[in-house]
Amino acid sequence: MSEILTVPHAKLHAFIQNKYADGFIYLLDITAIDYSEYIKNQEEEFALVYIIRHQNFKEHIVIKTYLNTLLSDSVSYLFKGANWLEREVFDQYGIVFKNHPNLRRILNHKEFVGHPLRKSYPITKGQFLYETDDLMDEMNNRLLSKDVVCKLESGNFSECNKDLMFLNLGPSHPASHGTIRTYVALDGETIECAVSEIGYLHRGFEKSCENHTYNQIVPYTDRLNYCSAISNNIAFVKTVEDMLGVEISKRAQAIRVMLLELSRIEDHVVCLAAVLVDMGGLTNYWYMYNPREDIYDLLSKLTGARLTNSYMRVGGMTNDLYEGFEDDLKEVIKKVQYGVQETLSLIKHNRIFHERTQNVGVISAEDALSYAMTGPNLRACGVTFDMRKDAPYYGYEKYAFDVVVGSVGDVYDRVMVRFGEIDESIKIIEQVMQNLPEGEVNIQDASITLPKKEAVYTTIEGAMNQFKLVFEGVKVPMGEHYGSIEATNGELGFFIVSDGSGTPYKVKVKAPSFTAMSAYPEMIEGAQLADAILTLGSLNIIAGEMDR
Amino acid sequence: MELNNVALPLDIAITTKLDEAIGWARESSLWPMIFGTACCAIEFMSVAASKYDISRFGAEVVRFSPRQADLLIVAGTITYKQGPILKQIYEQMSEPKWVVSMGACACSGGFYDNYTTMQGIDEIIPVDLYVGGCPPRPEALLDALLRLQKDLRTNKYNPDRHKDFKSKLDNV
Repeated sequence: MSEILTVPHAKLHAFIQNKYADGFIYLLDITAIDYSEYIKNQEEEFALVYIIRHQNFKEHIVIKTYLNTLLSDSVSYLFKGANWLEREVFDQYGIVFKNHPNLRRILNHKEFVGHPLRKSYPITKGQFLYETDDLMDEMNNRLLSKDVVCKLESGNFSECNKDLMFLNLGPSHPASHGTIRTYVALDGETIECAVSEIGYLHRGFEKSCENHTYNQIVPYTDRLNYCSAISNNIAFVKTVEDMLGVEISKRAQAIRVMLLELSRIEDHVVCLAAVLVDMGGLTNYWYMYNPREDIYDLLSKLTGARLTNSYMRVGGMTNDLYEGFEDDLKEVIKKVQYGVQETLSLIKHNRIFHERTQNVGVISAEDALSYAMTGPNLRACGVTFDMRKDAPYYGYEKYAFDVVVGSVGDVYDRVMVRFGEIDESIKIIEQVMQNLPEGEVNIQDASITLPKKEAVYTTIEGAMNQFKLVFEGVKVPMGEHYGSIEATNGELGFFIVSDGSGTPYKVKVKAPSFTAMSAYPEMIEGAQLADAILTLGSLNIIAGEMDR
Repeated sequence: MELNNVALPLDIAITTKLDEAIGWARESSLWPMIFGTACCAIEFMSVAASKYDISRFGAEVVRFSPRQADLLIVAGTITYKQGPILKQIYEQMSEPKWVVSMGACACSGGFYDNYTTMQGIDEIIPVDLYVGGCPPRPEALLDALLRLQKDLRTNKYNPDRHKDFKSKLDNV
């Protein structure tokens, strides 16, 4: 379990400021807990939780404060990323943040009544939206803050001296990945101001977790970052295993590392294929997408599904590798290498590619850290944060691989970092397969993993064990824990509150795409419209993970 | 050139019903518009890529403007927030038009039975074909396409078929 620093609410602000001065500058997440149905009486009904990482990236702290009123101070002046995180807490729990620049709903729609993550909100109570938000008030505030317009005494806005055109990019737009809406004010081709609206794919993951057992949640995690389902599975079950205090077998660890890296390849190829299509390089799409089909074939053979694998279970995985997996994997790797090589031969020395991507969509390292961007997007700015090196797990420290970093933080760096990471992932996979430990893949513990099928069919103990585990779920000790791994888009974390039963009391996802998206409007202001499309593609925003 | 010397069979006529001729023409010139929001959209990428290759069936002219499309493929979860947009896109398509609901979420909400997910897109727009699966395999979507084509050929789609449909978003 994570060590929780409980701070009285009156002292919270000073505490966070002190910690900030000590180097805790990387805000991972802000969330709240509604204790109204918790098994053990707590000081107050609501608590706020801040998870902050140190700038050495090795340690993180979890700060909790009980709220006697649903009002707290905003920390958005310290961390840029806090802006959206606090909006989410406001939207989901109804906690108001004083001095927040733009406190409004973010995931749920504007006509929504109530706060869905409160325990009193019924899970199936849906509310229709009849008209989409025009975002004009948010845009006006943004224009005001950039002195493009000013407010008249009558309360109206002054006429702008520029001839602005307002345009919606998305949510139904081929380059907006289906569900991201960015509303821009254009002066010619130049974006003067931009505001993004997300939540179009908010599917209620966190609320659904609260009435499913831990293993039933695994299929939901598949659909967070659906481009690399297995890495989400691993992030979730690893957090639960940490709470249980168990360590999985050496073989299971090695298989998880290998599949994590395969997911990374799978995710990067689709991101690269899409960003190159956005640029007009359709040929690359075929080169990059075909190896992905080969990975699908391999994963179907192993897990039974192409995309949504649900392969991991608490304490291990559904089944061991099949006979001949290694040979199939080698073939797939060869095809990936071929696809990458062909694509690079088309773009590496291509002047159009260079001019479209270099110095486009730049974000500085300081800003990226303040927004808590993570993964390849952060590394492209030259920050060497990689959980696999900074807080290793599953024996990553014993594999030889490099962290690929960029220098400018532009689209070019983000694309090239991903190409580099594909090579590094292949190196890791090869090392894992050379020394794959023998043994079981599941923990031998009747309270965690299902018994062997023989035992279920032939003995009463086996049948009972299976029944209890399936119906009641794995019982996780009471407590609160934040666990994370380096998933394909960066640090993917889960903050879980357990009340000792087989169902989590609360689950919060720290989603890498969410923080990346919160930086996006600022990144594209002042840029050309066509570059905004590339910038979005290169950030690899996966809506399932961002909106949850 | 030599054609002048060939006696062209100008006096041959093929007799058919007008509807059938139109159905035959429509069959392999469907222009799909992908309303892709989630995991199913990734599977649609596979359908369009070389291995499954939707162009083998004459439906590869994927449009991203509803005004140019006659087949709406809704691929992915539709939330209440997305609802008015989907409805608007559907209304912007000109007749004749068909709707395929791809995947469990679009068909019924899937396993997202909660406060934010619409329990099937047929609450707000009429649907012609449902494809199950979470997500459906590319073959399943191609199968739906083939069925639609067969129905178009045999003229099964009556233009008034959704006349009694009432969208829940029209209640205001």
